[in-house]
Amino acid sequence: MTELFRLLSLQDASTRVVMLSTASLAIAAALVGSLAILRRRALVGDAVAHASLPGICLAWFVAGDRSLAIMLLGAFVLGLASMGMMALVHRLTKAREDATMAIAISGFFGLGIVLSRMIQNQPGGNRAGLDGFLFGKAASAVTSDAWLVFAVACVVVAIILALRKEFGLLCFDRDFAASIGRPVQRLDALLLVLVALVTVAGLPSVGVVLVVALLVIPPAAARCWSASLGTMLVVAAVMGAVSAIIGTGLSAVLPPPSGAESGGWPTGPMIVLTAAALLVISMVVAPERGLLTALWRRQRLRSSASRSIGSTP
Amino acid sequence: MIDAAIVPAPWLTRDDLWTIATAVLASVACGLVGCWLVLRRLSLLGDAISHAVLPGIAGAFLLTGTRDVLPMLLGATVVGVVTAFMSSALSRVGRVDRDAAMGATFTALFALGVVMMSMAARQVDLDPGCVLYGLLEFVPFDTVDVLGVQVPRAAAWLGAALVLDLILMVAFFKELRATSFDPAHAMSLGLPVGLVHLGLMAVVAANTVVAFEAVGSILVVAMLVAPGATARLWTDRLVPMLWLAAAIAAATAIIGYLAALELNTSAAGMIATVSMVGYLGSVGAVSARSSLRSALRAAV
Repeated sequence: MTELFRLLSLQDASTRVVMLSTASLAIAAALVGSLAILRRRALVGDAVAHASLPGICLAWFVAGDRSLAIMLLGAFVLGLASMGMMALVHRLTKAREDATMAIAISGFFGLGIVLSRMIQNQPGGNRAGLDGFLFGKAASAVTSDAWLVFAVACVVVAIILALRKEFGLLCFDRDFAASIGRPVQRLDALLLVLVALVTVAGLPSVGVVLVVALLVIPPAAARCWSASLGTMLVVAAVMGAVSAIIGTGLSAVLPPPSGAESGGWPTGPMIVLTAAALLVISMVVAPERGLLTALWRRQRLRSSASRSIGSTP
Repeated sequence: MIDAAIVPAPWLTRDDLWTIATAVLASVACGLVGCWLVLRRLSLLGDAISHAVLPGIAGAFLLTGTRDVLPMLLGATVVGVVTAFMSSALSRVGRVDRDAAMGATFTALFALGVVMMSMAARQVDLDPGCVLYGLLEFVPFDTVDVLGVQVPRAAAWLGAALVLDLILMVAFFKELRATSFDPAHAMSLGLPVGLVHLGLMAVVAANTVVAFEAVGSILVVAMLVAPGATARLWTDRLVPMLWLAAAIAAATAIIGYLAALELNTSAAGMIATVSMVGYLGSVGAVSARSSLRSALRAAV
């Protein structure tokens, strides 16, 4: 408990940087995810994330070193390639978009597993580095890597804030936005690039498999609270940051599962579980549409109905 | 040597053949069921289910301490109900579309499952990574006695699943076809559209659970979706599509396993990769064929 307090009060310099980078990344992901959900592109991030695994491996093959920047660059390139592939398939055939996306998610991930096993078989192939990308290992991040993630997050947040009016219009009324001359296609493409950026930047802390949760869960929770875009963005950002900080803290503090050599829990599942807890709370207690409110309304309706029936002569 | 007599390719061991047989069974069973997901535009639901069943599997494992399939099926059923309830509640309360509600639900459940699996790892040597890509290579080492023959446990269960899938598909073929192609018409005929949907989901979940140990939760998606989606590119007719999907599923599993053996890498990963390559190749071939046809028509 004291250790948790020490961690959350940010007394370590390195913890401070890791928390800062993870939280800022979660904020960026929450903002991008809110827009992506409203544009009905919620799961594109999942395809990008799974495609980034072979990207990381290819970067390892090509560059031969394990600097995070190069691996994330590989992940970003393959993420964009998976988007391009899905768009191309959609243009060429009548194939269903959802089937293509499911195949891309699974197929690219399979390719990543194939490549990472081949790296592992090589003499210098240190697998632990790649394993961290599956479920995330924020706690063991190096300070320079944390700054890299922080920088990406800041760029993404700055772009969203600068273009928030345009993005808002795009999400709620694309046709109107097009009719008043907004470059909707370029905005759509930019949104996809931002999705790819935050997904890739989230890999070190949350991992390939669950990083899409940062894009989906906080915005979905925020939307339980408000229908207005501004409020939704703020609430989603706060929830993202809170989940990232608590999740990272938990994974560092909890006693590691025995048998794990590297020690500590993977951060990804912890962050996602924290976000999921916030989501469940939001669904239950949210005003207007929350489950409790609905229950209370039904109760009131019933009692008023029985009263009015009782009062009729 | 009896073994040598039944081995068609001398470089493959008996274990290799059992592993290939298991992979083919998993692939064909999932591929046939997946055809209906593809036709109903529910491919991503296959992705969601395969992730969401993990806490059910892990819970059964933590409670019973064994890797028996039956408790896992039960656990997966419980989680399936939770998934359905939570994603529909979320799309109502949060006013988000189906994909987003599904994405939030399945990532949350999958995270829960990973944490539970990590707890289970105290009891056995279980790597959380293997829930993602399975342990196909270890299939031959865990056998059961079926009519006096030592059969890998996974192969026995997958064989049973395939037989059950086929029986259900033949018995409810009319209902499946009608509800997949024209739900409104099916409803007007008095067919139980909702019940067929639920049944299909249950069968998908059951297949996922049975295939899970061999191929893991992400790669099973390729087995579910790729054969049906690839077959769908080549034909518009249902029955040929099903046959073609089964053939593609079997071929993918065999080619993937042999390629993995050659490159000394993950078989499940390679099967998923081959699935995607087959799908992309078919997209290219089909679109080239149609543009060639229209060019010929323009020339004539």
